[in-house]
Amino acid sequence: MIFNDYNPQEDKILRIIDNEGKIINKELLPDLDDETVIQAYKSMLYARTADEMAVSFQRQGRMYTYPPSMGHEAIHIAGGMIIRNDDWLVPAFRELGFMLAKEVTMKEIFLYYMGYEQGSNFSKANHVLPICIPIASQLLHANGIGFSINYQKKDEVVFGFVGDGGTSEGDFSEALNFAGVWNVPVIFTIQNNQYAISVPVKSQTKSVNLAVKAIAFGIPGIKVDGNDFFAMYVAYKTAFEYARAGKGAVLIEALTYRKSAHTTSDDPTKYRTKEEESEWHKTDPLHRMKKYMENKGIWNENGEVLIEKYKLEIDNQFTEAENFTPYKLDDVFDYMYEDKPDVLKKQKEDYELFQSWKENRK
Amino acid sequence: MSMMTIVQAINNALDIKLAEDKTIVVYGEDTGKEGGVFRVTEGLQKKYGVERVFDSPLAESAIVGAGLGMALSGLRPIVELQFDGFTYPAFNQIISNVSRMHNRSRGKYKVPMVIRFPYGGGINALEHHSESPEALYAHIPGIKVVIPSTPHDAKGLLIAAIESNDPVIFMEPKRIYRAIKQEVAEEKYSIPLGKAKVLTEGKDVTVVAFGAMIRECQKAMAMATDAGISVELIDLRTIYPIDKETIATSIKKTGRLVIVAEAPESFGIGGELIAIANEEAFLYLEAPPKRVMGFDTIVPMAKGEPFYMITPERIFYEIERTVNF
Repeated sequence: MIFNDYNPQEDKILRIIDNEGKIINKELLPDLDDETVIQAYKSMLYARTADEMAVSFQRQGRMYTYPPSMGHEAIHIAGGMIIRNDDWLVPAFRELGFMLAKEVTMKEIFLYYMGYEQGSNFSKANHVLPICIPIASQLLHANGIGFSINYQKKDEVVFGFVGDGGTSEGDFSEALNFAGVWNVPVIFTIQNNQYAISVPVKSQTKSVNLAVKAIAFGIPGIKVDGNDFFAMYVAYKTAFEYARAGKGAVLIEALTYRKSAHTTSDDPTKYRTKEEESEWHKTDPLHRMKKYMENKGIWNENGEVLIEKYKLEIDNQFTEAENFTPYKLDDVFDYMYEDKPDVLKKQKEDYELFQSWKENRK
Repeated sequence: MSMMTIVQAINNALDIKLAEDKTIVVYGEDTGKEGGVFRVTEGLQKKYGVERVFDSPLAESAIVGAGLGMALSGLRPIVELQFDGFTYPAFNQIISNVSRMHNRSRGKYKVPMVIRFPYGGGINALEHHSESPEALYAHIPGIKVVIPSTPHDAKGLLIAAIESNDPVIFMEPKRIYRAIKQEVAEEKYSIPLGKAKVLTEGKDVTVVAFGAMIRECQKAMAMATDAGISVELIDLRTIYPIDKETIATSIKKTGRLVIVAEAPESFGIGGELIAIANEEAFLYLEAPPKRVMGFDTIVPMAKGEPFYMITPERIFYEIERTVNF
């Protein structure tokens, strides 16, 4: 059992391929056929391309503040391959690849960052909550969903996400505690990307790592190389089977690096060095996966051509988002309640009177 | 004198007080090395050291709760919460402990603590970054709530807040953090808490606002002047304790009241001001007081925010209707 073999108290880390895609832990290499591995890489490449395009659209002033996911693709795509349609995704806000895997569309992602609430109404995606900006608060919802699953005797599993900074919030500890006591089928992932905006993880905790926090709450914790697709796949698969079997929650610390800024409003040069960045860039998940495929002789495609194809497809979704129905006054009011209070109706009517006054004045 | 934005004026006030009083510490999320997400504390860690200006772990409740402990044991903490919408994890500490300690200990423990955070909309921000929770905090007995509208006021009010032995919530209008530059005195000065300021005298209608809405009111006033309406504009400066006297005196003079604020209208600051009008100046009223406030909705995301944010035109529209009632 990997949870025993990779005891976080000993600060062990689950890793299967090295930075150049060489297998260093053959015993744990998952038995995936070549086509599946190639598809996983392509999904990572798609997520990376979409993320870079989002940053570029923001820079062009066509979107508002955006939190890039670059560097986190292995975590998202590995989890995305394991999560079923009826399993739940409870995101923080840096899980782009995972959301795409759950059939959230880039159009919806774009709509959100263009400033439409409609971007949280995932029309095709089943069991995906909107992103959650108040740090760590979403993990408690994951427990509630886990409770419902047990109560309704279903066999769904919940994937809840938080960042390294989020582990300092009270809600994080409360969530792990409830998860242990209630024995809920929740897989908590900490995307430890080394920074909470400017604050390094060593300023967040004195713990030897973040996975070890699971121990005190009586649930398994494991530290995984989050830039190693195969390691993440194995960790998720094990956690998924554990949770599905009714054994309870699992905490996965996915060690990664926020390759880009916290958001497009942030400037990482203020608080981290080029040297540190280039050290981490050597661990890039896409590079490692590609090297693995090349070493095995299964990668025969032209990456540039693929990227161009993805760009075209993503660009079409962006155009659809840009041509989305203009925001109306009704959109401010209509979704606050199912049963709209009269006071809201009156506020809207008053505003319409103001609008017609404004029109007549012109 | 030197030209300062609100960000610079607050930084200057913190700088002056850190230099003068060794019991002051400044901390919060990203407040140290980075100087805060809005750079309000920029340069202070370098000048005063990591012992006095630092980054805390990411936990608002702990930031405020620890601040209370410091305030009870000889320090004067100034804590920063990153955004209006991220203050709520600390709400329990503020309402259950910070606000009550002086009263519960019958004055044995004082709470010389300032909780700063940026507030308000109009910057096309993501969710939870555009809120105006002044009424939530002003409703807590034991807390003072201060909101400046200019660089000059930001400095003077913050110094008064830091020097107060009562806990003060200091809300900073992020939308105009850098929008206004003003001559600000370089030396230390303070502006008393609890006093509103009549910015412009007028005779037809009293307009009460604060923070980022002052500028919008001034633009509306220009429209009103063109329409022959004389507006008396009052900047509340302190939300609690509210300056009833200045407000009532003005209403007695003009007979009309318009309140402008970004927060949702119901159960907000507007209702409080109308109560003051009724209790203190009822017989002088010539028109029903009017609230020009946010809808009872979440501040919409960027595409819908223009409907929500109060414009000079909407303020003028309500001023005119009130005067012509």
